[in-house]
Amino acid sequence: MQLFRSKWDKVVNIVNIAILALFLIVELYPLYFTLIASISDPYQVSLNNVTLIPNGFSLESYKEVFSDQGIWIGYANSLFYAVTGTLINLAFTLSCAFCFARKPAFKGKGIVTGLLVFTMYFGGGLVPSYLLIRQMGLLDTRWVLILPGALSVYNMIIVRTFYQTTIPDALYESARIDGCTDIGMLLRITLPLSKPIIAVMTLFFAVGHWNSYFGALIYVTDVSKQPLQLVLRRILILDDVLSELSLGSFSAEAMKDMVQKQALAVSMKYAVIYVASLPLLIAYPFVQKHFVKGIMVGAVKG
Amino acid sequence: MSVQSRVKKSADNFLKYLIRDYQIYLILLPSLAVVFIFCYMPMYGVLIGFKDFKLKDGILGSAWVGFEHFGRFLTMGQFYKLVRNTFSISLYSFAVGFPLPIVLALMLNECQYPKFKKTVQMISYAPHFISTVVICGMVLLFTNRSGGMINNIIEAFGGERINFMIEPGWFQTIYVFSGLWQSIGFSSIIYIAALSGIDMQLIEASVLDGANRLQKIWHVDIPSILPTIIILMIFNAGSLLSVGHEKIYLLQNDLNMETSDVISTYVYRVGLVDAQFSYTTAIGLFNSLVNLVMLAVVNRTARALSGTSLW
Repeated sequence: MQLFRSKWDKVVNIVNIAILALFLIVELYPLYFTLIASISDPYQVSLNNVTLIPNGFSLESYKEVFSDQGIWIGYANSLFYAVTGTLINLAFTLSCAFCFARKPAFKGKGIVTGLLVFTMYFGGGLVPSYLLIRQMGLLDTRWVLILPGALSVYNMIIVRTFYQTTIPDALYESARIDGCTDIGMLLRITLPLSKPIIAVMTLFFAVGHWNSYFGALIYVTDVSKQPLQLVLRRILILDDVLSELSLGSFSAEAMKDMVQKQALAVSMKYAVIYVASLPLLIAYPFVQKHFVKGIMVGAVKG
Repeated sequence: MSVQSRVKKSADNFLKYLIRDYQIYLILLPSLAVVFIFCYMPMYGVLIGFKDFKLKDGILGSAWVGFEHFGRFLTMGQFYKLVRNTFSISLYSFAVGFPLPIVLALMLNECQYPKFKKTVQMISYAPHFISTVVICGMVLLFTNRSGGMINNIIEAFGGERINFMIEPGWFQTIYVFSGLWQSIGFSSIIYIAALSGIDMQLIEASVLDGANRLQKIWHVDIPSILPTIIILMIFNAGSLLSVGHEKIYLLQNDLNMETSDVISTYVYRVGLVDAQFSYTTAIGLFNSLVNLVMLAVVNRTARALSGTSLW
């Protein structure tokens, strides 16, 4: 666009680029620093000798991360929750949206819509939910992280809008004339024609499951069922890294050993950040445009 | 037609629809069941906020106490602190986190180098996908007094090292700006989309009329995306009292509690950790109701002022 050519506009342009460049650095540097800190020599990191390029090279921190049993259990659990949870989310959300998009509207649609939308703005709250889950005997089960959020009303509305705006009614009508049932239409017409929105929803749900921790914190105390985020909380927030670290002996040898261990503990934190985000980092470049598309669909007022 | 036969006819009609659409109801059933169990049954559980709930007596068996728990909350010594922190954190977040994505979108829209623009977008979206726990872990690492990256930078520019996490004065700033770092890029997407939908003729017309770049932004770009801005503003206002307790809970510690303790973290601590179920249910209800009222008020105001509203 070469619409603006005056001197003043050129100044605005340069200032704009400069600010954006600065912004880019601010967004990128923390991610970059974490990466170089995780692969540098832990001792150099502890001396603040790492700023722009890695100092020394050591994968000791990653070795430490992978030797932590908890991380592996958490990883496996999180994969399970993300896969199962996403499948169940999809089943509920895609099918429910179909009911609301179908024409003619089913009897009671207005009331049901109202009841669903109401839950977006009002809820029983933390404590009544906890008591209910407890009463149902769902505490410390895997279901508790999958079932309560099975239907996402917000995403359901986005999917419904997609169905309504992209699939022509004539298709349904001709199918109905040919004797197709509602379930048949959902499976043979709606879903095959909705691949883009299914991709977007899969990503939304999977990221949501992978990143959530609070539900597990409240409902799952059994370590063998805890997701990765709780393991990360123990390492990154509660600082429970080197439990074997003892302050008992103060010989020079022990002190040196301790300093090194402490440095390693910090490096391990930097490493664990990348290990935990790995699935998303790998997927990110491929899915970036889908996320954007998903937001656009949601932006269409429905 | 008599009333009786009319009632019979409408009942017949309803049955007819039920039979015609039975598969729809079949598909709908699991979703409705889940919503009923996990959203509406806890709403029934809200009753315990008006009772002296004991686990062995159940919800119905416990004795009524009326508004005692609400009264206790409103007169509690920490009440002022909790409400003040909740409001100041959410207003601070709103003041910083709402306009800046719009500014970013406008700036990216002015950027004439597609490759540079793409790079900025791609990198600024990325932090959105990092989990809350990891973000908080990074915050703790970077703000660390002796080895934190932020303190290293401060020292490099000749400043004093600050122990951010134990200073109450810093908590809200850290919370808000780490949130900004994480979400500014992703929040700007929707505005970038709205900006790309502006009719080129409008822009050309403004240039012919002698508008410079800033005037074009002010008189064409911003009015064009105003409806989007208002809708998102209403959404934000509705959750003014439900600040992100998941993140606050991870960042707070005994020393910064003065500015970090909010209603929702208090509910979690006192309700689930100390098992004061009735009392905290009442607080939770109070919180939800204030949110609901706030949403309605903002929605109504927005409709009156601009004609744009959620419903």
